[in-house]
Amino acid sequence: MKNRDFTFWLFLTPVILGLSLVVVIPFIYGLFYSFTDWNGIKATTFLGFENYIKLFQDEEFRAALWFTIKFSVASVILLNILGLILALLVTRKLKSSNFLRTIFFMPNLIGGLILGFIWQFIFVSVFDDIGTALGIEALSGWLSTTNTGFWGLVILTCWQMAGYIMIIYIAYLQNIPNELIEASQIDGASSWQRFRNITFPLVAPAFTISMFLTLSTSFKIYDQNLSLTNGGPYNSTQMVAMEIVKTAFNENQMAFAQAKGVIFFLIVAVIAITQVYYNKKREVDM
Amino acid sequence: MQKTRRNLIIIEIVGVLLALLWLSPFYLMVVNAFKTKREIFEGVLGLPQALTSDNFVQAFEDLTFIQSFFNSVIITGMSVGIIILFSSMAGYVLARNKSKLSGVILLVFVSAMLIPFQSVMIPLVALFGQVDMLNAAGLIFMYLGFGCSLSIFLYHGAMTGISVSLDEAAIIDGANRFQTFWYIIFPLLKPISVTVAILNVIWIWNDYLLPSLVLGEANATIPLKMFYFFGQYTKQWHLALAGLTIAIIPVIIGYFFAQKQIIEGVAEGAVK
Repeated sequence: MKNRDFTFWLFLTPVILGLSLVVVIPFIYGLFYSFTDWNGIKATTFLGFENYIKLFQDEEFRAALWFTIKFSVASVILLNILGLILALLVTRKLKSSNFLRTIFFMPNLIGGLILGFIWQFIFVSVFDDIGTALGIEALSGWLSTTNTGFWGLVILTCWQMAGYIMIIYIAYLQNIPNELIEASQIDGASSWQRFRNITFPLVAPAFTISMFLTLSTSFKIYDQNLSLTNGGPYNSTQMVAMEIVKTAFNENQMAFAQAKGVIFFLIVAVIAITQVYYNKKREVDM
Repeated sequence: MQKTRRNLIIIEIVGVLLALLWLSPFYLMVVNAFKTKREIFEGVLGLPQALTSDNFVQAFEDLTFIQSFFNSVIITGMSVGIIILFSSMAGYVLARNKSKLSGVILLVFVSAMLIPFQSVMIPLVALFGQVDMLNAAGLIFMYLGFGCSLSIFLYHGAMTGISVSLDEAAIIDGANRFQTFWYIIFPLLKPISVTVAILNVIWIWNDYLLPSLVLGEANATIPLKMFYFFGQYTKQWHLALAGLTIAIIPVIIGYFFAQKQIIEGVAEGAVK
């Protein structure tokens, strides 16, 4: 098929229109407006980098960014450990393997907003009741402090996404040839040695995928943040995505929020690109 | 051998216990949805005294559940339908055209996946507002724009397994490009269409932020309605939990019937 072919362009028209009108043009407009005093309808003056300078001085944005980074680091580590453990568990020859897989994956199908509401009940009411019954004070008052809000979000995210990460690891675990495992057993390798020297290196590509996925997903989380803590107490558990939405639609500072959106894009893009690059390199080295 | 057997049994028990722990939030939600406000206040761990459906009836009405369910079905169904149709067409011609330009177009679509929603949402809402498209039709078009990149990428990958000689044979037999695509290629892409459908349904069905910016309360989808509903019943957990239970029932039913396809589809979408 040639570039000049009418059908080539005809078949591409709907998606090109879709991507342009929904993503590309708004993105370029947004980039332009972030340098102005745009209020969502019109822009009167060109401000240069003023919005960007203001943004780095904005306590709330900096706090949200720092909270998001801490949250993402904790989630990525825990999710990958948990996902791998679940995958190792269900790929054993267990009678309940399929059932377990189904259960662990289930939360992933339900929206973050709904799950956040359910866990709000668990953290606030159920934890409190268990704490009172067992005399554990640490279980009461969850979500009312920054620290419990943080761990609440991490627990919710792990519970929701671990099954997804499990699926990715399963795909790789099942590709490990049986002969390798048998050969190592004959050579007298312990299960830890087998994991360390056979399973782990062969599953390494799965880390590329799941680290990329977990990092970018946790960085962009909004729904769970909204329904579980709504940023509280005092905006201390507010993540970047939520901070941008609030600046735009609650405070009506469109140009300022757009500048934050541009910075948000740059961070997400840099993470994604470095990670793909780093993981490709490491895979080759191995 | 006996030792490995015993180990397997221990692992099995650990696995089942872990699964029960995994399910416990759902269990607690359902059990407490049957209680009265007073019973919840007295304790959330025990069973309800009587099985009454009062909470569910009221939540069902306040969620205008039938209405919101159909809003969700229409928006998800239409969006996923056009994503499948248009992305498969694009994936097809991009795979068949081996030029540099074709590679560049694919790269543009894939790179667009890097852009987070919050970086485009404000101008997007402003632009669509100017042309009066902040409605269900506009929303469906937006889903095409956001969803087509990954879908084109998946279709493009799947095309490598479909030989060009099929196209050539059809063209010789007098079929035009569209007929070739629709009668020969599209049916062969069915497995990847299932994957594309599953990934997009999970995303669009559960999406909250985009519909909240685009739709009014009359057209609200389930997540959107759930948000209003929850705000109305803060601290009235018996009603809130009944509403949450109702909201996830359709998903659980869908999962029950198609769990194998869903898990395979999600694995394929993630690993590619």
